Formats: sequence, C-alpha cells, structure tokens
Amino acid sequence: MSEVFVQLQSIYKSYWRDSLEIPVLYNINLNIAEGEFLALMGPSGSGKTTLLNLIAGIDKPSQGEVIVNGQHIDGLSENALARWRSQNIGFIFQFYNLMPVLNAFENVELPLLLTKMNKKERRQHVETALSIVGLSDRMKHYPNQLSGGQEQRVAIARAIVTDPNLILADEPTGDLDKQSEEEIMNLLSRLNGEFNKTIIMVTHDPRAAEKAHIIRHLDKGELYD
Amino acid sequence: MKFLKLIRRNTTRHFLRTSLTILGLAIAVMAFVIIRTSIDAWYSGARASSPNRLVVTNKISLVFSLPIAYKEKIAKIKGITGITYAQWFGGIYVDAKNFFPQFAVDKDTYFDLYPEFLIPPQQKEAFMKERNAVIVGRKLADRFGWSVGDPIRLTGSVFPGQWDFVIRGIYTGAKETTDEATWFMRYDYLDERMKKETPQRAGQVGSFILRIDDPSKAAEISKKVDNLFKNSLAETKTQTEEAFQLSFVSMAGSIVEGLRIISILVIGIILLVLANTMAMTARERISEYAVMKTLGFRSIHILGLIFGESVFIAAVGGVCGIIITYPIKILVGTALSNFFPMFKVDILTVILGLGASLLVGLLAAIFPALKAIKTPIVDGLRIIE
Amino acid sequence: MPLLWNYSYKNISTRKLTSSLTIFGIALVVFVFTAVLMLSNGLNQTLVDTGAEDNAIVIRRASQTEIQSIIYRSMANIIKTDPAIKIDSNGTPMVTNEILVLINLPKRSNSKFSNVPVRGVTPMSLEIRPQFKIIKGRMWRPGTSEVIAGVKAASTFKGCGMGETVHFGMRDWKIVGIFETGGSGFESELWGDVDQLMDAFGRPVFSSLTMKLKSSNQFDGLKARLENDPRLNVEVKREKEYYRDQSSSTTLFINILGIIISIIFSLGAIVGAMITMYAAVANRTVEIGTLRALGFSRTTVLFAFLTESLFISLIGGLIGLITASFLRFIEVSTTNWDTFAELAFSFRLSPRIAVQAIIFALVMGIIGGFLPAVRAARFRIINALRAK
Repeated sequence: MSEVFVQLQSIYKSYWRDSLEIPVLYNINLNIAEGEFLALMGPSGSGKTTLLNLIAGIDKPSQGEVIVNGQHIDGLSENALARWRSQNIGFIFQFYNLMPVLNAFENVELPLLLTKMNKKERRQHVETALSIVGLSDRMKHYPNQLSGGQEQRVAIARAIVTDPNLILADEPTGDLDKQSEEEIMNLLSRLNGEFNKTIIMVTHDPRAAEKAHIIRHLDKGELYD
Repeated sequence: MKFLKLIRRNTTRHFLRTSLTILGLAIAVMAFVIIRTSIDAWYSGARASSPNRLVVTNKISLVFSLPIAYKEKIAKIKGITGITYAQWFGGIYVDAKNFFPQFAVDKDTYFDLYPEFLIPPQQKEAFMKERNAVIVGRKLADRFGWSVGDPIRLTGSVFPGQWDFVIRGIYTGAKETTDEATWFMRYDYLDERMKKETPQRAGQVGSFILRIDDPSKAAEISKKVDNLFKNSLAETKTQTEEAFQLSFVSMAGSIVEGLRIISILVIGIILLVLANTMAMTARERISEYAVMKTLGFRSIHILGLIFGESVFIAAVGGVCGIIITYPIKILVGTALSNFFPMFKVDILTVILGLGASLLVGLLAAIFPALKAIKTPIVDGLRIIE
Repeated sequence: MPLLWNYSYKNISTRKLTSSLTIFGIALVVFVFTAVLMLSNGLNQTLVDTGAEDNAIVIRRASQTEIQSIIYRSMANIIKTDPAIKIDSNGTPMVTNEILVLINLPKRSNSKFSNVPVRGVTPMSLEIRPQFKIIKGRMWRPGTSEVIAGVKAASTFKGCGMGETVHFGMRDWKIVGIFETGGSGFESELWGDVDQLMDAFGRPVFSSLTMKLKSSNQFDGLKARLENDPRLNVEVKREKEYYRDQSSSTTLFINILGIIISIIFSLGAIVGAMITMYAAVANRTVEIGTLRALGFSRTTVLFAFLTESLFISLIGGLIGLITASFLRFIEVSTTNWDTFAELAFSFRLSPRIAVQAIIFALVMGIIGGFLPAVRAARFRIINALRAK
C-alpha cells in the first residue's frame, strides 16, 4: 500500500466531569494509508466519535500525537486548525447539520466562502459536487424540503466541495432508512474508489461497515482488529 | 461580503422575534430622540441669542425693575450702538393655563434690535399708530386661532385690571431657532395707565437690551454698565443674551439633569432587549456554529456572523425609530407647547440616536459571541444529539 | 384545575440569562415609573404641607402669587379687623403681614444663579405656623439686618449658611439662625424682619396677609366679606389650596413628561417580555406536547406560561420599586415655574405609588405573556411532540 496518511501515536484521552477523570481512549496506535477506507465500529460510549474528532482536530488528545498528511495537528492553534480543516478535511455528521436558513446550493457553497474563489468558480464547484451526489435538480431546495437521505447527500457534497483528501464520517447512515443507507454507502465507496479519497467512518452498523476495506473495533477505549 | 446573505437569512429566521426586537429598539430610539429634543428645547432661547446683544436686569432678581431713566446713561457708553427696553407683562388670557410670554416693548427701538422678528411693513405701521396694538408670533396666533384685527382681553397679574388689545401684526422668525410664540405690546400703553393708577410703578422697565458693535468687548461693556449704578437702590446685572437665557436653563437644573439620566436609561432598555434576543439566538445556534467550525470557519467568521446580525437588527431598529420620531414629535410638542415654544428635532440628535443604537448592537453581541467561540466544537455538536 | 407553579418557577431559574435580562428590563421601567410618581408626589406634598388647614391667605386679586401681589397698609388694617380671625391669649388677632421677593443667588453646587424667596415676617408669622422650629442659632432681632435661613435654602445657596452673609438692597444680611418647618416649602426661603426688608427693597407695601381662623368653617364668611369689600381688591384662599395651586405648572410638566416616558419605557419592556416568553414557548414545544399528552388542559398550559410571565414581572417590579424607594434620600432642587422661585423637595413614596408600580409591572407581564401563552396553549399535541 501507499504511504501512511493518518497516524495516531500512543493516544490517551480523558474528560473531566467535576473532579472525576473519565478515561475515553487508552493507548491508541493507528496508521491509515492514503486512499484507505476504514470503518471504526463499536458500541455507544466506546470512544469512536472522540477518536474521529481527534483526527478532525476538533478535539485534542490528553497525551499522544495526531499526524495527518505529515502535519502534527495536536500542536496547532485554534485558528490554524480551522484553516487546516477547511483545506484538508470533509466532515459528515449523523444528523447532517445543514444550515436550515440556506438552500442546498448555499449549504454546499458554505466552505467555499473561506477560499479565495470568485462567485463563478464557486458555482462550478458546487454544481460539480451536487452532481456527484446526484442532487443537481434540488439546488434551490431548503433542508426541510428534503428527505433524510437527500439531506445527507447535500452534507456529503458540502464535505467534498473543497476537494479534501480526508473524509471523516460520523455515523453517516445512523438516522436513515435502509434504501437511503444503501445510496449513501455507495456514494462513499465511489468517493473512495473513483476519487481516491481517504475515508474514516464511524458506525455501529455492520451492513454499512461492509463497504469499507478495513474494519477496526473499539471497545471501552481500546482498539481491536 | 460573502457572509451578508447568511446574516440576513439568520435575521429573518425568527421573524416574530426579530420584528419584536426591532419594534422595541425603534420605540427606545424614538424615546431617546424625543427626550434629547426636549432637553434641547430648554436651550432654544440660548441658541437663538445673538452675541451682539447684552441684557441688563436688576441685580437682586427679575422680580425687581429698573428706572427707565437709566436708558440715557447707559446709551452714552462707548461701544453700544443701540438700546431698547422691555417689561414683562404677565397677563392671563381666559385661563391661567394658557400661559405665553408677553412683553411690553418700546415701539420705536425694540424691533431694530431684534431683526430676526420679521413683520410685514404695513403691520408694523399699524402697530406704531395704535396704543393698544400688539404683534404676536405665528405659532402663538395658530395656537389660539388669532388673526390680524382680533380684539383680545387679558387680565393683568403683575399689572392689575382688565387690558384690551387689538392684534395688528403677526411676525415670523428669520431663523429656524427664532421663537415664534411671544406677544409684544406697546410699553407706552402700559406706562400711561400705570401713571394714572399707581404712579410709583410708572417709568419702570424689566430689562434693557443693548446692541454692541464688538462681541469680544461684551465683558468690558457689561462691567461699565454695572459700575454706573453700583450702590444705588437699583443695581444692575449685565450679561450677554446667551448667559441670560442660560440662567433660565440652570434654574431648571434638576429636571434637565433628570431628563439626561432618563435618556441614558432608554439606551439601557435597547441594550437589554437586543442582548436578550442575541443571547437566545446564539444559544439556539451553538450547534450550527460548531458545525461551521468543523467545516473550517474560524472564530473571526463566527464573530462576524453574530455581530453582523446584532448590528443589522440595531440599525433597522434605529432607522425605524427615527422614522416614527417625527409624528410622535408633533404630539409631544403639542402636549408641552405651554412649556416649550420650540420643539425641533436636531439632526445631531438623530445621528446620536442612530449611533447609540449601533453601539448597542455591538455591545449586545459581546456575551453571545464570546459564548459561541468559547464553546468547544465537541460540546457544541453534542447539544443537538 | 392543577396549576404548574413549580414548572413555571423552575423554567425561570433554568434560563438564567434571558430571565434576568427581562427581569432587569422590567425593573428599570418600574424604577423610572416609580421615580416620576415619587417626584410629582414629593413636589405636591411639599407645597401642600406648606399650608395649614385653618389658615387663610389674602393677596391682590388676579395676582396669582405673593410675589406679584401688592397689599397697601390701609388695606391690611381693614383686613385685620375681620371677626373670623382667631384672637390669641394676649388678645392679639392672629394675622401677619408679609412681603415676599426673590433674590438671585449662586448655588453651592455649580455657582449658577437661581432665585431664593426672601420673606419679611413678623413674630406672629411664627405663631400661625406651628411646625416652625429654629434648629441652629437664634431668631433675628427686630430692627436689625439679620435673617434666618430655611434648612434647604442654607444647604443650596452660597452665603445662606449659618454665620454667612448675603448682600442685597444695599445691605449685608447676616444669617443668625437656621429653621425647619417639617419639610414644607418655607424651608427653601430666607426670613427676616418685614419692616427692615420693606425698607431695604424700597417697597412700602405688603405682599400678603396670612391669618389663623377661629375655625376652619369660618373661611367662607371671611372670603365673602373681604372679596366683596369695595375698599379692597383682594382674593382670599385657604393657605393649603394656595400652595397647591403654586405647584400646578411644574406638577403638570412632570406628569406629562412622566406619562410619556413611562408609556415608551413600558412598551420596550413589554416587547422584551414577549421575546422572552415566545422563546420560552418555542424551546419547549416538546415539553408542552408532553404536558398535554399527560392530560393537562389547554387552560392549564396557558396559565402556566402566564404565571411564568407574571412571576418575572413581579420580581422585576419589586426590584424596581425597592431601588426607587432609595430615591427618598435624594433632594431635588428646581425652579417652580409658577413662582420662579427655587424650591427644594424630595422624592416621596406613598403606599398608593407602591401599589401602582406593582400593578404596572404585572400589567406589563400579562400583556407580554399573553400572546405567547396563547400560542403554547394552541399547539396540537401530535405536532408538538414531533417537533425537533
């Protein structure tokens, strides 16, 4: 396989609730190669989402290092991280998290507002992203006019519109019916196969995990094969 | 601005709440402008005053008068180019509530010193011819529905008895600030009757008004006038017209101060209403802000969204407030017309009102914005789940 | 009908920031409202207290105030013989002839000039005003240039303090005593010997005559006799009524302005309360659905939200009222436009004002809470439960 793209070294993570330390992750070591499609499985409370958040740089480890594409992201400032995320990460949420006041086109356009692109370039990118997810005909629709599966596809378009190398998905099918789940998973497979995106997906659904190349299990904060 | 659309959409998201907030802001900005305008109204006399005029009154207080004989002595002082005199009449028109200022003035010289009172020449002539003629201000005439030729009877309070007059002229102001609510009658009409009824009160005037050629010599000339009558039974106090007018404002000291305090409290109300709205808004959107941060938006962008929304609402509220100020001003001006001859909204007050609302827009966003950027993304995301 | 007191209360304490902003807003409005009422009441009371029930005052007809009034000695001598006037134990009629003029003096606070009333009095003046009390120094000696100052005049004006001197009418007048009159308007005046003052001002006439009546109901007779006497040209008023009339312009001004300001402020507060309550309703859609599913009626839900709004406004009202009550310690000094004399008075709270303030707060709460409460009550259970 090609070189290591995401590298987690001796990660330890705990939260403080009042004066009580609650450990979430123990001694996690994980290497993910470029172009990989990895599914992280495990029961609720096993620390899956926390692990994903660490890779996205929206949370920081208590100990250990997170290296993405050669960059030590655990040392970056808030603003530097934000800038880094806008260029390198596409994030997909369980509940889509679209802005209710913006239509599909505008939601996808949102991350592009952080770039130097002009209006025309932005339009091209958004249209491309929406056509990849098959929603070219729903551009003017608002989130409350879309089905759950469609909302998630808009969210995926939003995640890929900046052309990041790494896509992180947190239970992307957790809130969907079977048919929509199928559509979303096919879409992620295509992003991985056709567009060579590295994908890390958290799920507790074995059927969703089937599409991944590698499945790792997380239980009580520890990683198993 | 790429974010304007999002700010605008967010603003109209809770249409009812935003409308209510704007309504609250508009009312408060209007109140601010109206209260400031009524403070200005106190100063209208001072603002209308001319730097070329000095006022001589009895040193003890306005209640005491000065002998008309002082006129010749004062007029001899160098630098004085004109002199006239006036006496407060204080008559009652039908009812004591219908108060308006009345002065008995020297028919020959008074209006020379007050060129800002514009009187049509024929009306001025009529005033010169008839002893009981009066000239009244446009606003005063409108208030009581008077027109030229109307006979008016006043009951004297300072000068006892019934007094009959005929309106022979209506003056208008040359400037925006000119008072158009005063009644001018002839001094000789008053004095003649005093000579007959109470001779010891005849030949007395309330004030002399002097015109000087050089305003920078005002202090010097005032001193000369006062020295003339030092240690006499009627000592004088000479001051610039502006200082004389301001002395009335300072008499009302506490009330004007109170109004100032209230005008600041009004701004406090806007702040509370808007801060309340922004606090709610930001709390509801904590998870959205977390999503945006996940997408790579930085704190500065989130701050821009929150401050932008707050200032936008404040600006709309401020503008609406200024718009409703004008009809309200007419109502308040009428209600208080007994007290203020002048009730005009100054452009500076409008700017101050708008400025205050924008400032409030910024202040109201501080806490919600801090909360939004301080909430860790992870916590923000968890809120909806 | 079960009321959800606890639910309403808990909701307020949970949403601390929003609730406290709203409470604070209502407190501010009630504060201003109460302050205006207290100010107007204080002014009124000060002047009403100045007059006594069984005293009458005589001034020249249509002169409105003592300052503009002129009573000649010959007239005074006629008036003094009226049978309605009480006779004291020495056999002297209890009537005093006084002169009242204004003098322009600088204030201690900002050196700006304002008018101090100077009253020329007689020893009888003190007898017919029983609240009069010297609290420092002594009474002036007849025939001297000595005066005594009311406590408020002494504290407001330069030269009016104990031992200081004021210059007017070509003489220096020494302040030899400070007096109180139970908070009435006299405390803003300087009092001296009437003959000395008439002399100094070159005014050989009185301003007014004030007399104690044998009994209060003798007033109408006195009034009829004096006002119909062709030798006199006078007006007779009860002293209390006379002083009440003297505050009419200023009270009117404070009231008009106060009403305008209160209306505007309360609109602001109502809007604030509405915003809070609408948000409370919107945030709790699911809760409302649940309550209704549990069997609470629409009316109960309506009252729960109204209770919440009333509770907020009551707390705000109390805070505003309590804060305003501290204004009692602040003294206000302003020109009374009816007399052009400086008059000191205090904010005065009365039970009536307190009740008005609380009612005002509750009305704001009801208006602000009603529409949102109606919205809450009208939710359909199924839709409410499904809301995200």
